[in-house]
Amino acid sequence: MNHFWIIIISILAGLPCAWLGSFLVLRKMAMIGDAISHSILPGIVIAYLMSGQKDSFLLFLGASLFGILSTFLIEYLHSKSGLQADASIGITFTFLFSLGVILICYFSSQIDLDQDCVLYGELAYSPLSRWIIDIYDFGPKAFWVLFLVVICTFSYIYFFYQPLKLVSFDEEFAKVSGINVMLWHYSLMGMVSFITVSTFEEVGSILVISNLAVPALTAFLISKNFKRMLFLASFFLILSCILGYGLAYFLNVAVAASISLLGGLIFGIVFITEKMISNQKKYLALGL
Amino acid sequence: MEFYLSDPNLRLVFFGILIMSSTTAVVGNYAFLRKRSLIGDAISHSIFPGICLGFLFTDSKNPVFLLVGAFATGWLAVFLIDYFKNNSKIKEDSAIALVMSVFFGIGIVLLTYIQQSKGANQSGLDKFLFGQAASIVETDVIVFGSVALLSLVVVLLLFREFKLICFDPVFAKSIGYPIKTLEAIITSLTVLAIVVGIRSVGVVLMSAMLIAPAAAARFWTNNLSVMMVVSILFTTISTILGCGVSYAFEGMPTGPWIVMIMSFLAILTFLFAPQKGSVNKYFRDRMNWSRIEKENILKKLYQIGEVKNDFFQPIFLPEVANNRHTEIKISQILKKLKNDGFVIKTKGNWYLSAEGKAKGQKMIKLHRLWEFYLTEKVHIAPDHVHDNSEMMEHIISPEMEEKLEKALNYPKKDPHSKEIPY
Repeated sequence: MNHFWIIIISILAGLPCAWLGSFLVLRKMAMIGDAISHSILPGIVIAYLMSGQKDSFLLFLGASLFGILSTFLIEYLHSKSGLQADASIGITFTFLFSLGVILICYFSSQIDLDQDCVLYGELAYSPLSRWIIDIYDFGPKAFWVLFLVVICTFSYIYFFYQPLKLVSFDEEFAKVSGINVMLWHYSLMGMVSFITVSTFEEVGSILVISNLAVPALTAFLISKNFKRMLFLASFFLILSCILGYGLAYFLNVAVAASISLLGGLIFGIVFITEKMISNQKKYLALGL
Repeated sequence: MEFYLSDPNLRLVFFGILIMSSTTAVVGNYAFLRKRSLIGDAISHSIFPGICLGFLFTDSKNPVFLLVGAFATGWLAVFLIDYFKNNSKIKEDSAIALVMSVFFGIGIVLLTYIQQSKGANQSGLDKFLFGQAASIVETDVIVFGSVALLSLVVVLLLFREFKLICFDPVFAKSIGYPIKTLEAIITSLTVLAIVVGIRSVGVVLMSAMLIAPAAAARFWTNNLSVMMVVSILFTTISTILGCGVSYAFEGMPTGPWIVMIMSFLAILTFLFAPQKGSVNKYFRDRMNWSRIEKENILKKLYQIGEVKNDFFQPIFLPEVANNRHTEIKISQILKKLKNDGFVIKTKGNWYLSAEGKAKGQKMIKLHRLWEFYLTEKVHIAPDHVHDNSEMMEHIISPEMEEKLEKALNYPKKDPHSKEIPY
C-alpha cells in the first residue's frame, strides 16, 4: 500500500508543476521556476520562525511572498536597470538564497530545517504521516494537501486558460487585445511560488525544478497544439513517477532524484525518436 | 582586516577564497558578456554527478579523480545545452533548466546509492552541495593558485580573440577565427574555475560568484579590461567583508555572506551607478520629459503668435490646451517656464518673453527644417514627415542645425508651405 501512496503523492506533486511548467517553457521563463524555488528559502525561514511549525499557512504565505518578490526584483533589474535577463535572474535568486542560508545559520538553534530535506524531500516517508479523525484513517495527510493543490492549479488553468495561453504565445497581441499582461505575469509567478512551496516538502526542490521543466519540454518537442502539450506533459510526468519509483525501489536511492533521472531519460528517448522520424521524413521528401 | 589575518587558518581561507573568486570573476566576465550567465548555474549543478562517478569508479576520495569526473560532466552539460539549443526548438534557458535538473537528480541518485552501499566512507561528498569555506587547506590554495595562473595566462594570450567572440561572434567567424576552439577554451576555463571552487562555496552560490561581479562591473565601464579589474575589485571587497563577518560572529557561514555582500553591492550598483543605474536613469528621463514638454509649449505659443501676427499678447490658456495637456497642466508648465525666463506674468496674465519667443522660434525652425530635409533629401511624402520631426526637433544639436541649414541652402518654406523663421 505504501508503494501506491508514494507514487500517487509524487504524481499529485508533479502535475501542477508540469502544467505551469508548460506555460513557463512557452514564455521562455523555464529558469524562473528555478529562481523562485531558491528564492522562497528566506520566506520559509521567516515564516517558520514566526509560527514555529512546519505545516502552517504562514509558511505558504511567506514563501509565496518571497517568490513574487523575486520575480518583481528580476523584472525591475531587467527592465529598469537594463540588466540582461539571465543575469538578473542569477543575481536575484542567489541573493535571496544566501539570505535564507544565513538566516538558517543565525537561528540554527530554533530551526530544524534540514538542508537535506529541502533538497531531496521526504517522499519515502510521506505516507507515514496520516490524517486521522477519531478512529477513521483517511490516508496520508500529504495526499489530501496535494490533492487540494492540484484542484487549485487545475481550476486556475481551466478558468483562465484563454488569457494565459494568449499571454504565453503572443504577449504583444495580448496587450493589444486589452489583456493586462503584467497581471497575468504576476499571477502565474504567484502560482509557481505557491506550488513550489506546497510541493517541495514532499518532493524536494530538485524535483520541483525538474518537474517544472522536463515533462513540459518533452511534450513541447512533439506537440503542435497547446492542449495536447498539457496532456502529454501530464502523461510523461506520470510515466516518470511510476518508473522512477521503481528504480528508486530497486536501487534503494532517493525517490525524488530518481524520478527526475527518469524524466531526463524519457526526454532523451523522445528527443532521439523525434529526430529520427523527422530525418526519415526529410529523406522521404527528398525521394531518397 | 589585520585582525583576522593574524590567524593562520583564516589567512588560508581568506586568500584561498580571494584567489578562487577572482578567477571566477574573470571568467564570469565572458559568461556575462556572452549572455550565458546562467550557464554557471548549470555547470555547478552538473558537476555533482561527476564527483560521485569519480568516487564510484576509483573508490577513493582523492580530489584528482573527483575533479576529473566533475570536469567531464560539467563539460558534457554545456555541450548538451548547446546541442539542444542548436538542434531543436528548445530555447537556451529551457535547455539549461532541463540539463541542470536532470544532471543534479542523477547526482543525488548516485550520492544516495553511494551512501547506502559504501557507508561511512562517503562522508564529505555532500560538502560539495553546500560548500564549506572553513575547510580550505594549503593544497586547496595551491590548486586555486595554479588554476588562477592558468586562466590568467590564457586570458592574456587570447584577450583579443575572446573579446571579439563576446561582442561580435559573426565578425570573428568571418575573419577566420577558430570560433569552436575558442569557445571550447572559454567553456573549459569556466568549468575549471567552478570545479575547483565548488567545495568552498557550494553549488548555488558558485553561480553568484561567477556573474555578480561581472554584472556589477559592467555598469561602471564600457571597457573590457577595466571591467575585469572592477569585477576583481568587487570580489575582493566582498571577500574581505564576508570573511570579516564570519570571523566576527560565531557560526556565520563564510560563503553565503560573501555572496550576500556581493549581490548586495551589485544591486546597489544597478540602482545607483552614475550612468546606467536605474535611479539616475529615472531622473534623467524625467528631466528630459520636462524639457520636451516645455519646448512643446513654447512652440505652441510661437505658432499662436504666428497666426495672430503678434507674439506678445496675453496667453489665452484654452487656446494652448489640447487633449494631452489640460489647462491646469499648462499653467504648471508655464510656472516652470517662468523660472527659466521664457514667460512673464503680470496682473494675472501670462506673456511670452523675448527669450521665450526666440526659443519657440528655434523649435519651429528646427521642426520645419527637418521636414524640408526629409522631403527634399530622403524623399518621404510631405504628409509622413510631421511625426518624425516632432521628435527630431528636441534632439538636433547646434552643429547639426548649421549643417542642415547649409546642406539645404537656407530654404524659405517647409513642405507644407509654412515659413521657416530664421
